[in-house]
Amino acid sequence: MTVPLSYYLVLSAILFSLGVLAFVVKRNIITVFMSIELMLNAVNLSFVSFAAHWHRLSGQIFVFFVMVVAAAEAAVGLAIIIAVFRTRETLNIDRVNLLKL
Amino acid sequence: MPGFHRGDYLLALPMMLLTLFALGVLLIDLLLDRSSKVINAWAAFAGLAFSAAAVHNIQRAFADQAARGEPSSPFFAFSGTLMVDRFAVFFFYLFLAAAAITILMSVRYLEVEDEHHGEYYALILFSVVGMMCMAAGNDLILLFIGLELMAVSTYILVGFLRRDRRSNEAALKYLLLGAFSSGIFAYGLSLLYGLAGSTNLQQISMALGNAMAPGKARVVPAVALVTTAAGLFFKIAAVPFHQWAPDAYEGAPTSITGFMSVAGKASAWALLLRIFLFALGPMRPLYVPILVFVAIATMTGGNLAALTQSNVKRLFAYSSIAHVGYIMLGLIAGTAFLPNPDGIRGILVYLLVYTFMNLGVFGVIASLRRRDIIGDELDDLNGLFFKAPTEAVLMLTFLLSLAGIPPLAGFYGKYFIFLALIESGHYALATLAVIYVAVSAYYYLRVANAMFMRTAGDRVPVTISPGMWAGLAITGAATVVIGIYPEPFLRMVNWSMHVAQNPTVAQLLR
Repeated sequence: MTVPLSYYLVLSAILFSLGVLAFVVKRNIITVFMSIELMLNAVNLSFVSFAAHWHRLSGQIFVFFVMVVAAAEAAVGLAIIIAVFRTRETLNIDRVNLLKL
Repeated sequence: MPGFHRGDYLLALPMMLLTLFALGVLLIDLLLDRSSKVINAWAAFAGLAFSAAAVHNIQRAFADQAARGEPSSPFFAFSGTLMVDRFAVFFFYLFLAAAAITILMSVRYLEVEDEHHGEYYALILFSVVGMMCMAAGNDLILLFIGLELMAVSTYILVGFLRRDRRSNEAALKYLLLGAFSSGIFAYGLSLLYGLAGSTNLQQISMALGNAMAPGKARVVPAVALVTTAAGLFFKIAAVPFHQWAPDAYEGAPTSITGFMSVAGKASAWALLLRIFLFALGPMRPLYVPILVFVAIATMTGGNLAALTQSNVKRLFAYSSIAHVGYIMLGLIAGTAFLPNPDGIRGILVYLLVYTFMNLGVFGVIASLRRRDIIGDELDDLNGLFFKAPTEAVLMLTFLLSLAGIPPLAGFYGKYFIFLALIESGHYALATLAVIYVAVSAYYYLRVANAMFMRTAGDRVPVTISPGMWAGLAITGAATVVIGIYPEPFLRMVNWSMHVAQNPTVAQLLR
């Protein structure tokens, strides 16, 4: 017995919403960054399940590219976070507030 | 599986050359000592020139096509993932011009900031490669990769002044919100892929046409539309997704602020047009109300917030948000009925003139950066006319052009968009936009007032490097020439939209 496509999509939607929620609620920069990774993984799950549904490879290839992009963003992101920490010695996003909103 | 042909590589040559030169800049940077970093700028400039020659080659192929009497059709490469049409060629030239002017304006600025590294130029070239992929992509994968290449390069460029707290903070905020919006955008793409079973834009459009047939559940298409659109609105900085723009623009190195506000914006618009017109075309009835709401919110938010700013870079960040609102009106007119090229033509004209006038503004602000003076507060512009009269007059030209005063270039951008709005029957929107243009004149003239009517607060002279003079001369000349003699530029825009040969359409365009 196979698991229907809709189950995967609902799981993916739940993961994605959790990622969005964590992005909005969490105050630590690293945690906020991790919630973005969670969103991208929800995207990956959705791509893979659609690829299996359509019997096409392009969705799986997209997943590789999403992973590459996530890795590049993590590399750049952590570098920027380190630069911020060096000048301010805090990782709380509310205290990075030199530029007024 | 078919192999790749010589033609495929010729179409990708502009991007390949830029990548090559970017890698070259990274390498030769290691061999240069601190005093000769300007060679990096020349190498990057050469890369842009070679890339422009390759684009010109593609343009010639279109001319050959027309000479043979064939109808103009786009060139496809790499199994249909890369689609170079005239629309893409127009944007290629725009990105290359913006990058070249930015490099001219950067050299002295980076020396003053003491952050003159080769990576800066390499990242500019890489981001132009990403922009080209966004303008010429015909496949979700290529569009997404192009978007991310552009975005990740820009994150680093925004935080390039790594010892400056404002630059760090701007990079962090831009990175977090940019990655967040990319995630939303990618989720929308995954749903579009699920609807069509393909990453090709034409096939997605066909599948959406079926999904939008009456009597079918529209939940998944609607979610796909909303998430994709939200991601794109983040990238063009439309209200209510604009919060990153003022922070990133204020903290970034001024030359990069200019680059982001023109090339980054134009590429995001190219991507948005590709997706909204090519892939999401069948969902027009659903997205036009969203566009109307976002356009009104963007014009209101941008213009009203700009009124009270005291930092010039922040002021122009809000002004650029307001301009996104006007450009979006062009998209509303362009999708009011299909095919209606008038609105889209307005967008292209607007992006063309906006590139020159906004880069000019940021060039002037960048030249105010001197040792010990940051020069981005409104008070730093005080009495500029008495220190550097030519520069002050150029700045006034850019300001009046941004406000849309004829006979400067900015007038034509607004003229064609408002004309298309009126022709497609959006009288209320056109009226509202004209009112906001009048409001915007207030904050542009506030800057002019500071330059001409006030006395300078400091005695430090403003010295302008030759590169900056060249950049200001190009942007200033383009702003004036497009305003006085717009015909060749309008012909270029019409050419890029495939419509110039059709005599009936050509008559309508007069």
